[in-house]
Amino acid sequence: MNRAADIFNKPSTYIPFIAILLGLLCGGIVMWIGGYDPFAAYGALWNTVFGTKYDFGETIVAITPILFTGLAVGFAFRAGIFNIGADGQYIIGMTAATFIGLKVHLPAFIHAPLALIVGMLCGALWGALVGWLKAYRGVNEVISAIMLNWIALYLSNYMLRDFLVKKGEQKTPNIDETASLSIGWLKNFMNGARMDWGIWIGLLCVLIFYVLLWRTKQGYELRAVGHNADAAKAAGINIKASFIKTMMISGAFAGLGGVFSVLGVFHYQVVQAASAGYGFDGIAVALLGGNHPVGILLGAFLFGGLTYGSSGMNFEADVPTEIVRIVIGSIIFFVASHGLIRTVIQPFFKKRKSRERKGAGMNGNVG
Amino acid sequence: MGTLADLINSTLVFSVALIFAALGGVFSERSGVFNIGLEGMMTAGAFGAAIASYYMETDGGATTSSPWVGLIAGVFCGLVFALLHAYATVSLKADQTIVGVVINILAVAVTLYLVKIIFDGAGDTAQLEQVFAKWPIPLLSDIPFVGRAFFNSYPTTYIAYILVPLSAYLLFKTPFGLRLRSVGEHPGAADTVGINVTKYRYIGVLISGALAGLGGATITLTTTSNFSHSTISGQGFIAIAALIFGRWNPYGVFGAAFFFGMAQALRNFLTRFEFSQSIPSEFLYMLPYVLTLIVLAGAVGKSVRGPAAAGEPYDPSKR
Repeated sequence: MNRAADIFNKPSTYIPFIAILLGLLCGGIVMWIGGYDPFAAYGALWNTVFGTKYDFGETIVAITPILFTGLAVGFAFRAGIFNIGADGQYIIGMTAATFIGLKVHLPAFIHAPLALIVGMLCGALWGALVGWLKAYRGVNEVISAIMLNWIALYLSNYMLRDFLVKKGEQKTPNIDETASLSIGWLKNFMNGARMDWGIWIGLLCVLIFYVLLWRTKQGYELRAVGHNADAAKAAGINIKASFIKTMMISGAFAGLGGVFSVLGVFHYQVVQAASAGYGFDGIAVALLGGNHPVGILLGAFLFGGLTYGSSGMNFEADVPTEIVRIVIGSIIFFVASHGLIRTVIQPFFKKRKSRERKGAGMNGNVG
Repeated sequence: MGTLADLINSTLVFSVALIFAALGGVFSERSGVFNIGLEGMMTAGAFGAAIASYYMETDGGATTSSPWVGLIAGVFCGLVFALLHAYATVSLKADQTIVGVVINILAVAVTLYLVKIIFDGAGDTAQLEQVFAKWPIPLLSDIPFVGRAFFNSYPTTYIAYILVPLSAYLLFKTPFGLRLRSVGEHPGAADTVGINVTKYRYIGVLISGALAGLGGATITLTTTSNFSHSTISGQGFIAIAALIFGRWNPYGVFGAAFFFGMAQALRNFLTRFEFSQSIPSEFLYMLPYVLTLIVLAGAVGKSVRGPAAAGEPYDPSKR
């Protein structure tokens, strides 16, 4: 259990930056081998993200879901749980929001908040299931979450096919206008980019993440469990309740991601053969962001930007969009295998390293 | 009886890839390394098989040997990603679950990237002309029910028949197996008696990569005849489910994979019957995952537990 906290509480802040550079380098080498011009490709990526107001808006659309799943994964990590199930919680949240958006008819001031809250709660419950299985049935959270991801996907497809999608179609009709969480004037301002409340609620969640964990007694307990569950138990903290609480909050974050994808961006939901993988991107984001809400925000910006920018790379430099997945994969690889980075740069940073060792000892305390 | 034999026969087609990958998982987890990356390694195997067989066909003309070359290439591609996994988790002591996730991301990205380069931007490889055909085994296939069910199948199925008892023998009857398992149960103790933990964990992960690659190649060469992003889609995770359901034991894994394969075969099979309309296909898709959860949740405590040290990098200084 500690291993999760251990990796993420590395005092070294330089590792993510070196990992990003190495990741981009790997991507560049792969492009060069494939016969593409890496500089032109990365230039195209940059232009796509920051080129026009529309593109920047769409970049934010790409950032929003992984910000939520990143917060979900990071929050659980802080409390000693590896939430690999953000994917499933995202899907469940999305499907619940679609259901309310289509099947319930209410005035706007109540319809949209209701869909949002129901989606969030369903994500939270799906997450809590993982916590319950871990707390009371001793099931490893990684395994149960992977199983629940696939169950969520097929459950969602069943709900869509049998209740929400017209026969012969692959996507639902648009949700009621009253359930929409798009921001019309901002959309116009950004030249039609699909702006919604997602990113703003996301920023609010960044704040909530921080306040919950570092400014409340409950959060203190959750972090204590994350550091050392046995010690926390000995100190009288109910670790079973803590697992469930953690996964509820984590699932709620992930569920919100799904909610905004339907209510804010697409306004409909599609029957999918496989999940979009936002939960796995969330792991990447949390790992890169060192589990800190601000780090997660920055990580989400990076990966969201890369993801949206990859379309421009494809369009302008003809590079397959998969290259960005290779870059993201490499970055996580280098962050996870920080031992590699340390060995490589050790000769250059000998002094700094010894100073950091001292820092590591201090960081071991909760609080 | 004929229908049942047919069901078993088509079940085997779906099961074999799962059996290979899950067997791989047995070796890796028995040596103490969690392998979430089975999915990625299967993807690599499916890709390798499709590409190698494709080149065999275009360069050498379609020959019956090309699927065999594809099978070997699949094993090789699985090994490449397994080596990366082993290097990160064993040598660099990186978190095994995260590295597994990375393997899954990288394998899909790298293979599709290469496919797009090789096939000028297309998202899937060309359809292979030469894939495995069913080989009825002389004499055995003439046995009334059993022959039709078990001995009129693809060569890969027969490989699975051999690999399952072979793995069980290796793991439980040889010094090698004892050492591999000891490294997964208590690396500290194994190290004390002179077993090279790093070596055995590398071997465990590499075997898992080879077998997962074989599994992926099997799917390409018996089921899909080409490779695309959806060739594997979740088979690796079902293999993990089969691994747990089969309790880290080769025979158990065979049974579990057979059962999960049947869930897939039933989807096609049931369409022959009227009543199948009332069962949403999604529930059949869900079955392996739900059953695994129920088994895990139903057995509180120690009865369903993997190797004790699986998931933890071995650090001699903490011995």
